[in-house]
Amino acid sequence: MEMTGPLQGLRVIDLTQGAAGPYCTRLLAAYGATVIKVERPRTGDLMRHVGPFVGDQPGPDRSLSFLHLNVNKLGVTLNLASTSGRAVVASLIADADVVVESFRPGTMDRLGLCYDALRATNPRIVLTSISNFGQSGPYRDLPASEIVLYGMGHAMFGTGQPDAEPMSMAPRVNLHFAGQTAAVATMAAVFGSQAQGMGDWIDVSIMETFASSIDRRAISLTAFDYTGEKMVRIASVQGIAVPPPYNPCADGYFHITVGTPWWEAFVRAVDESFLRDERFNPPLTDPLLREEFDAFWIPWCMQRTKREIAQLFQETGGLPCAPVNSIADLLADRNLLVRGFFRDLYHPVAGQARYPGLPFVMNDTPGALVRAAPTLGQDNVQVYGELGYAERDLNVMASTGVI
Amino acid sequence: MKKLPLEGVRVLDMGVVLAGPQAALLLADLGAEVIRVESTQHFPPQTRGIFAHPTKESIMASIPTAGGYPMREAGERPWNRFPWFNTHARNKLGMTVDLKKPHGRDIFKRLVTISDVLVTNQTPGTMEGLGLGYDALSKVNSRFIYVEASSFGSTGPYHTYRALGLQMEAYAGHDLLRHYPDRDVSSNTWAVTADAAGALGMALAAEMALFARTRTGRGQYIDLSMVENFVGLIGPAVLDYSFNGRVPESLGNRDYAAIQGCYPCAGEDRWLVFTLPDDASWDAFTRASGNESAAADPRFATVAARYANHDAVDGLITGWTRTVQRETAVERLRAEGIMAGPVLDDGDAMADPHLAARGYFLEIDQEDAGRHRYPGFPYRFHEAELSVRHPPVRLGEHNEYVYKTLLGVTDQEYAELEAEGHIGMEYAPHIR
Repeated sequence: MEMTGPLQGLRVIDLTQGAAGPYCTRLLAAYGATVIKVERPRTGDLMRHVGPFVGDQPGPDRSLSFLHLNVNKLGVTLNLASTSGRAVVASLIADADVVVESFRPGTMDRLGLCYDALRATNPRIVLTSISNFGQSGPYRDLPASEIVLYGMGHAMFGTGQPDAEPMSMAPRVNLHFAGQTAAVATMAAVFGSQAQGMGDWIDVSIMETFASSIDRRAISLTAFDYTGEKMVRIASVQGIAVPPPYNPCADGYFHITVGTPWWEAFVRAVDESFLRDERFNPPLTDPLLREEFDAFWIPWCMQRTKREIAQLFQETGGLPCAPVNSIADLLADRNLLVRGFFRDLYHPVAGQARYPGLPFVMNDTPGALVRAAPTLGQDNVQVYGELGYAERDLNVMASTGVI
Repeated sequence: MKKLPLEGVRVLDMGVVLAGPQAALLLADLGAEVIRVESTQHFPPQTRGIFAHPTKESIMASIPTAGGYPMREAGERPWNRFPWFNTHARNKLGMTVDLKKPHGRDIFKRLVTISDVLVTNQTPGTMEGLGLGYDALSKVNSRFIYVEASSFGSTGPYHTYRALGLQMEAYAGHDLLRHYPDRDVSSNTWAVTADAAGALGMALAAEMALFARTRTGRGQYIDLSMVENFVGLIGPAVLDYSFNGRVPESLGNRDYAAIQGCYPCAGEDRWLVFTLPDDASWDAFTRASGNESAAADPRFATVAARYANHDAVDGLITGWTRTVQRETAVERLRAEGIMAGPVLDDGDAMADPHLAARGYFLEIDQEDAGRHRYPGFPYRFHEAELSVRHPPVRLGEHNEYVYKTLLGVTDQEYAELEAEGHIGMEYAPHIR
């Protein structure tokens, strides 16, 4: 077993900012790629200025999203609009395997960094371009936020209750999802480039990553073509199913699926003889019987914690049941702790904290999170030094605003 | 035209329900030869249908994603017509084998010797129970890559626990971050983001292991907990607790700092979404909506003031959006440079001019389902061209190719395997 990750030796130039692009490169960095994050001098990645912040105090090294998205990366500053800045990025790319960018479409062209230019000097280069709507088409240049992309591309119309507005997912979940999708395409191209000696240019449209998501939308599009029926917001089965999916208990809620397939196991697990009466078998439609059930069930739940209940149903009934966890619950979760999922990292400005760890465990080439997100330009001396720039050159570049 | 990036890689797809088969689809689209390994003797629920032979009543009673067979008809082979399955089944080959029988396990191991990757999200313990866990298969092929996804991971106190997508959302913390802020968590409708992301994680792990193998010469085992893979997607919420000790709550459709929401338009069930992060976009909104007079209102004077008065801002916004057609509103907002868009239902999306211009949807003819349009690829390559090489795979469709061409099974052994119930395109009579 090698402690290094599977991507040891892979060199990635990261020109992205925001959430989707940086999550793509975070995944590569977590598994051992050398990811050089290039930020514009002074302001850096716009995500550095987006809250929430550590201690609710804004600052370029205090954005929680930035800190999460950029672990394990080297950070350099570079003004890509300057002639000498372009020369520097060209030499970075000449040595690299992958470039990931998330500029507005057309920007790479204007910077002289279009795919044809990159492959002229480095035919094996993989260029991944992540944008809202892709590199072509009538929406190409439209501005968009995550919720706009979710509303247009994803299952938002069918998410939520029929008597209320369509609902999105937790903030930035879907931008991270788009970034992870881009990583799948990027790694395939890296593998192909190695085997075939020729790179590629990947056009990732965030809207299309949503439309292709197996989280309902892709399926409902197929079903629409099959039947002409669209996915709509439907009232939850909360008031119909016995027991309902979400159940209040002593310290919050737990979620359980019973229905016909698991009813017997459910009755066995709660071990309450009156439920063996087959009049209670699902579907339970008689309101009087439901009252009788609730009179037993609600107090039963309220006397127990969500973890106790989940454990009982899992271990005695093999039922799909889980606590509805808060983030605090997650950080104290026994299973995640035993598996060593979270990782403590120290950042010189933000301090020490516990971060989400690796998305999967590889038994031969595990990879690891070892370094917090870079401060702005933290690795200029090392990265540019390796390119052959002396300290004197760097001072000149700094004084002219190139780095 | 360049070859597809994963050409030459052979993948065995033991996936069920969503995450596993979707991971295999990602690899198939990118050029791998993916073989779905199924059985005519066993019907995994919610994979090729809720039932192999659904009744008309059960079809009609189901929502379109579950009961949306073409024209709501089961057809002769319903399992080849299930929308949920057919969405993740293109570009795959299909074989059947009964792994509960020794001969079947022998066939499977022979397949492993000539394959590179296995993706599975079978119930924990199933593969080991069949003697087809990683330890057994790595002895057959030391270069073999084994990607196993489960809800909670293959180690740890919960490794035998069961969960559907719904329980994963609850456990991973997502449910408490996405409900209506003025209603409790039971206002959530089903979502399976952890499965969707889990599929990406599985495919990514397979690719990384393939890449590493070119250096190490060895395969490896990958243990993917779909919960852990998902928690990366809510990283900022995790850090809010670990840095600030704050337990994040659902914002609904709102942002942390910008004005944002989903607003009703004229007509029934028509909605638009937009985000106003700064003063410039707020001014642009007041112009687009004819609300210039709001500029003088101190409640709306700054970003912070507007956020503090989000309900009042929403009242102002809704007062305008309710009176306007969705398309008109979106057009006016976009003309002012605002991040705005319609909430597209499935029909809207399939008629969307942008997706059409990019050739996003795929038209595919499959023998049992007929000719239909399907959602397309999540990305496109400039040199290599992703395309539909095979329609959504039918049960056992490529048995001859897999058994005879790939494994060199003789006609005589093939006949034996048929007689033993391994090979077929129909489910066994005992399966409902």
